[in-house]
Amino acid sequence: MRRRGPKRNLGLVFYAVLYLAFLYLPVLFLPLFSFNDSAFIAFPLVGFTTKWYGQMLADSAMHTALWNSLKVGAAVALASTALGLLAAKALTRYRLPGGAAVLGFTSLPLFIPDIVLGISLLILLNTVGMQLSLISVMLGHILICAPFAITVLMSRFDGFDKSLEEASLDLGENAWTTFWRVTFPLVLPGIISSLLLTFIVSFDEFLIAYFLAGTEATLPIYIWGQLRFPYKLPVVLALGAVILVVSCVLVVLAEWMRGLGQGGKRMVGA
Amino acid sequence: MGSLATVDVIGGRYSGGLVRWLATLYRRSDAVRGYTLLSPTVLVMLAAMAAPMALLAVYSFWTQDGYVVDKTFTLARYAEVFSRDSYRELFYRSLYISSLVTVVTVLLAYPMAYFVAFHVSDRTKFVWLILLTIPFWTSYLLRVFAWKIILGYNGVINSGLMALGIIHEPLEFLLYNTTAVVVTLAHAWAAFAILPIYVSLEKIDRSLLEAAADLGDGPIRRFLRITLPLSLPGVIGAAVLIFVPTTGDYVTPTLVGGSDGVMIANVIEVQFAKIGNWPMGAALAMASMAAVGLVTLLSVQAVRLAVSRTR
Repeated sequence: MRRRGPKRNLGLVFYAVLYLAFLYLPVLFLPLFSFNDSAFIAFPLVGFTTKWYGQMLADSAMHTALWNSLKVGAAVALASTALGLLAAKALTRYRLPGGAAVLGFTSLPLFIPDIVLGISLLILLNTVGMQLSLISVMLGHILICAPFAITVLMSRFDGFDKSLEEASLDLGENAWTTFWRVTFPLVLPGIISSLLLTFIVSFDEFLIAYFLAGTEATLPIYIWGQLRFPYKLPVVLALGAVILVVSCVLVVLAEWMRGLGQGGKRMVGA
Repeated sequence: MGSLATVDVIGGRYSGGLVRWLATLYRRSDAVRGYTLLSPTVLVMLAAMAAPMALLAVYSFWTQDGYVVDKTFTLARYAEVFSRDSYRELFYRSLYISSLVTVVTVLLAYPMAYFVAFHVSDRTKFVWLILLTIPFWTSYLLRVFAWKIILGYNGVINSGLMALGIIHEPLEFLLYNTTAVVVTLAHAWAAFAILPIYVSLEKIDRSLLEAAADLGDGPIRRFLRITLPLSLPGVIGAAVLIFVPTTGDYVTPTLVGGSDGVMIANVIEVQFAKIGNWPMGAALAMASMAAVGLVTLLSVQAVRLAVSRTR
């Protein structure tokens, strides 16, 4: 048994490396061609240029779209993390009859195609007579971000000892000060992680925003519009490369914060 | 605690037993306090998901002529969905494409998840998991667009092979067909397969595997009798998490699908954004969700049955 182990291991390592290549290589063509001095996205590479990045920075419609996406992303991150925090505390700290059903209900947006979420919200807003705007995009994004916030924060609540909060209550702190002095600092890595991840999900989301934005474009909607014009593709590649790099940095930061959380669990447990 | 005691006193003095009873109930009952905390989230979900979905269902029974919506109940939209050959073909194709995507993605992800769960030290596990999830959090639109660049007529593969002198004409079969959609979606949804499978593999009690080996099971038998059945919840979870949303995917068929790769979402979008026949679009959306739900239930049952047989 044990002798056969390493050999099989090697095959799996090889597969894992191939798999990572499949995951990352396609996306790396975006930055590669964004520095290529040609309007055509094709081999062979012609020469190095940063002019597509220059054109991208000069585009005022892009700036408006970027600003819109930042506003929506920030609001959505705050709102969905706040909702996630309440729900995660309720679901991990109280004995709730039907808690599993509620958790199932809150994760439903993951199982409904985005297009259906988009059009049904469009119908609702139309029925109640609300103008389409960035506010409606925020509403749609909170819906898809809340399940992520709840998951991230629930694992954080599960990760530290409930008795710390009980000790604080026993020692005479009330529920409010216990939350701010005990619970909040312990959950903070999870909160930051949730803020970053929900921001990214909202910032990158296209389809729901496409139905709900009305005349105000978010960045993905702007990109979608540019894809129709072949001569604009290199600029889109430059923008895409920047977005990918920023997203990756934020994700690594978020995962690192979550990792800190696990470290904290070990410390508290010991 | 102090503030609640005040409530008790005030309640006792001003409004008799009711407030005091409510305050005691609140303090004593975990469920009441828990649901109070949960209520904002649940209310938002009800307002932004449940209510819109209910309206969608109602709309699918109405009729629209130009800008006028006739609110008499009718099944005419559904009759049209089921009787038009082009719609039926569209449903079959969408379900076929996302089944294929589901199978391909899960099969490719299983060895990867297995590797991280069983052949990586605890320290590097964290790094592997981050590496595997980063692409999932980055822009879906850009990941799909990357495949258009790769598979296109003048794209990476064609221009690369021509620059190397391997081919002299661009290959036309790469983009704008079902295969392009399947490859692109399998790439875009990889993380959704890896994570659930990894979690269920990680949960398997290692002593069960040792016991099987001690009792004379070879690696293949051991895998089929212990690892695979125990990881089944993860596999099924991954499959559902991929199958359901990909059936309704819009970006991928639009960018890389061409006329052969059109899926349900494209037709729904046309009804809403271009033709402006919302009841028709609503009926298509409802019918597609029903079809997806049915196929999901049946296949989950079938897989459970098949695996319980092999044990």
